[in-house]
Amino acid sequence: MEKCYLMTAVVLLGLTVRWTVSLNSYSGAGKPPMFGDYEAQRHWQEITINLPIKQWYFNGSDNNLQYWGLDYPPLTAYHSLLCAYVAKFINPDWIALHTSRGYESQAHKLFMRATVLIADLLIYIPAVVLYCCCLKEISTKKKIANALCILLYPGLILIDYGHFQYNSVSLGFALWGVLGVSYDWDLLGSLAFCLAINYKQMELYHSLPFFCFLLGKCFKKGLKGKGFVLLIKLACTVVASFILCWLPFFTEREQTLQVLRRLFPVDRGLFEDKVANIWCTFSVFLKIRDILPHHIQIMISFCFTFLSLLPTCIKLTLHPSPKGFKFTLVSCALSFFLFSFQVHEKSILLVSLPVCLVLREIPFMSTWFLLVSTFSMLPLLLKDELLMPSVVTVMAFFIACATSFSIFEKTSEEELQLKSFSISVRKYFPCFTFFPRIIRHLFLISVMTMVLLTLMTVTLDPPQKLPDLFSVLVCFVSCLNFLFFLVYFNIIIMWDSKNGRNQKKIN
Amino acid sequence: MAALGVATGGGDWFSALALGVTLLKCLLIPTYHSTDFEVHRNWLAITHSLPISQWYYEATSEWTLDYPPFFAWFEYALSHVAKYFDQEMLNVRNLNYSSSRTLLFQRFSVIFTDTLFVYAVHECCKCIDGKKAGRELTEKPKFILSVLLLWNFGLLIVDHIHFQYNGFLSGLMLLSIARLFQKRHKEGAFLFAVLLHFKHIYLYVAPAYGVYLLRSYCFTANKPDGSIRWNSFSFLRLISLGLIVFLVSALSLGPFLALNQLPQVFSRLFPFKRGLCHAYWAPNFWALYSALDKVLSIIGLELKFLDPSKIPKASMTSGLVQQFQHTVLPSVTPLATLICTLIAILGPEAFSDV
Repeated sequence: MEKCYLMTAVVLLGLTVRWTVSLNSYSGAGKPPMFGDYEAQRHWQEITINLPIKQWYFNGSDNNLQYWGLDYPPLTAYHSLLCAYVAKFINPDWIALHTSRGYESQAHKLFMRATVLIADLLIYIPAVVLYCCCLKEISTKKKIANALCILLYPGLILIDYGHFQYNSVSLGFALWGVLGVSYDWDLLGSLAFCLAINYKQMELYHSLPFFCFLLGKCFKKGLKGKGFVLLIKLACTVVASFILCWLPFFTEREQTLQVLRRLFPVDRGLFEDKVANIWCTFSVFLKIRDILPHHIQIMISFCFTFLSLLPTCIKLTLHPSPKGFKFTLVSCALSFFLFSFQVHEKSILLVSLPVCLVLREIPFMSTWFLLVSTFSMLPLLLKDELLMPSVVTVMAFFIACATSFSIFEKTSEEELQLKSFSISVRKYFPCFTFFPRIIRHLFLISVMTMVLLTLMTVTLDPPQKLPDLFSVLVCFVSCLNFLFFLVYFNIIIMWDSKNGRNQKKIN
Repeated sequence: MAALGVATGGGDWFSALALGVTLLKCLLIPTYHSTDFEVHRNWLAITHSLPISQWYYEATSEWTLDYPPFFAWFEYALSHVAKYFDQEMLNVRNLNYSSSRTLLFQRFSVIFTDTLFVYAVHECCKCIDGKKAGRELTEKPKFILSVLLLWNFGLLIVDHIHFQYNGFLSGLMLLSIARLFQKRHKEGAFLFAVLLHFKHIYLYVAPAYGVYLLRSYCFTANKPDGSIRWNSFSFLRLISLGLIVFLVSALSLGPFLALNQLPQVFSRLFPFKRGLCHAYWAPNFWALYSALDKVLSIIGLELKFLDPSKIPKASMTSGLVQQFQHTVLPSVTPLATLICTLIAILGPEAFSDV
């Protein structure tokens, strides 16, 4: 019973933080003619309620795709339609065709923020609560502390309730997928994950681990018996859910193709704006975007992405386990973020969600990663005038993690899951015993750099010749951190089985 | 790293609570603020730009200074920090001035002065004996008290949304209570005297303080069964308490006594012209009284006992701050309310043992 009260208090605290952040400005506030993501979402409500489905993704006199054309899968469109019906009931001016462009008012802001809160409350938050309650081998207090830390993760709060997006829907569905698949509710899990992909196509970053894990489960059950049945059932579930979501768009070939063209804009180039991935960082030294032709860029990005995630995915297929699954989600999503095509800085949230799930296993490294992920979005947050809520939520998150998990005491080799790796390293370098110390020093350097860069970006003006200096520096530092984490997560995944094998030998 | 680990380790829940609620207060900065925000901006302007002789006479804004002198000095001190945020807020003529820097300064001043409240709560927790409780953190009395006080949502809403400075004032009161618990009576009395000259509404609890100090401090010994030993009364102690109160009052009201402004100050502090109930009724006895009067007048009008032309419309419920007469029940004078209050305070004591 006490657990219920404490968990409720934690959820309410999370909601309070979310709602107070939502009082601040949103993306593109008061900035005609294009405004920002807030206007994009409002525009999609306008399009979906006023135009027939066949015109949603097409360019036309009523639907100018250059002005925030729909570029998310159908489920986002249906969600916008639902919101638009409510908006029509309250004030039709908000979604009147053409005339409501750039509509801004306090009442409308309240409505939009409320839609985010409701979606969050219905999908993401229950998933987090259920996930924490189902954790095994830890006390009730630790479960609740875990829930508090996940709910206080600043990146998601600032983007959803500040900048304005609906990431909690897609991440929530993905989390339901993880829950289902980890606890052997495979069909429901894959259904949930299909819904996630059909809400935002970026969830494809998570698709390979899901695929490999489920495939691995089928293999384990034996492909000639139960495994094969499971495989067929899963395939049917996936196909059925896709057909259900895309039904109105499957009537004509041209419809389907146009939607795909909007979802995957391969013409747009290797990266856009400043993002903390390899290509943007590399282009500081060498302008690959201008040097290499388009199709070569796509090829290189494809190769790097798949080469970097192949080892962990193969490992997951051969040895499927819920723990391995979560870690592979992290490394896969991180590989995609670092090497893939047209990555936006907000895509780091797709890596942050699985990292939140492994907070309990490696609290120190997870907290560190989640801090860096929020920092990597600093230029975006500053543009939206979210400095105060950013600083406050980051500090709150840090304090919550530090007090809940005592992270600074958990930096031994064992607790960083590096034991088996360091044993292997010590076979060649017997005196190498200072992993924890190195990692603690790196953490200090990382945090100091982030704090310094934040102060500099806020207080100083960049030199005239290099107007983007601070954004580029933020991306550069974040990218270095992310590369380090990519190596770290790959190490602990690949060396995990060796630990298991050694233990079996000892026993 | 180790120091940071210790500071953020599981043992220091008090710091985590205090820091957590401070961060929440920072998140409340962009929320709605009431006219009290303008009240305090106006007082910053008055105390900064005008000489002391004008403080209680200035009336450019409708929000005149109606707190005791120590609060005026507090605003004066704040105004010297305010000038680095936005000089314009210190202009008396800038009515309803609320630039983003003004807002930031005012909000931060409340958050900063709450440090006294945090310290006072810490002192109060030291006075609690938590040895009988279980090992669970949530069962420890110190933890429960800290949560109830530090995360008091009423205080959060009134101080950090509506906008007032009750945090550090409550801190002063809690600190004086803690000192009384710690048997440091003179300090407790001093702190309470100071508090009274910050916000005179704490006169509400002055009788309790007076009686407690009289009983526990002025009577130096008890009989074996705990009851009062009348011949242990110490005049010296009584005089020392009186001296403390006198000196604090002298410091506060002295300058205005010298300027012959005491009547004006008192008329500002005790504005009986404002009427029995405030614009928004406090949920007290007089609200019931006024409501009953309203109901009776409506019944009277329906049954034609009362003459409609003699009754003013919406006299008490209009939300205005003014004096008025009750229609059916007898009107209530300030003296009557004082007598009722004294009866309510002293009545139960007449039935209890001294």
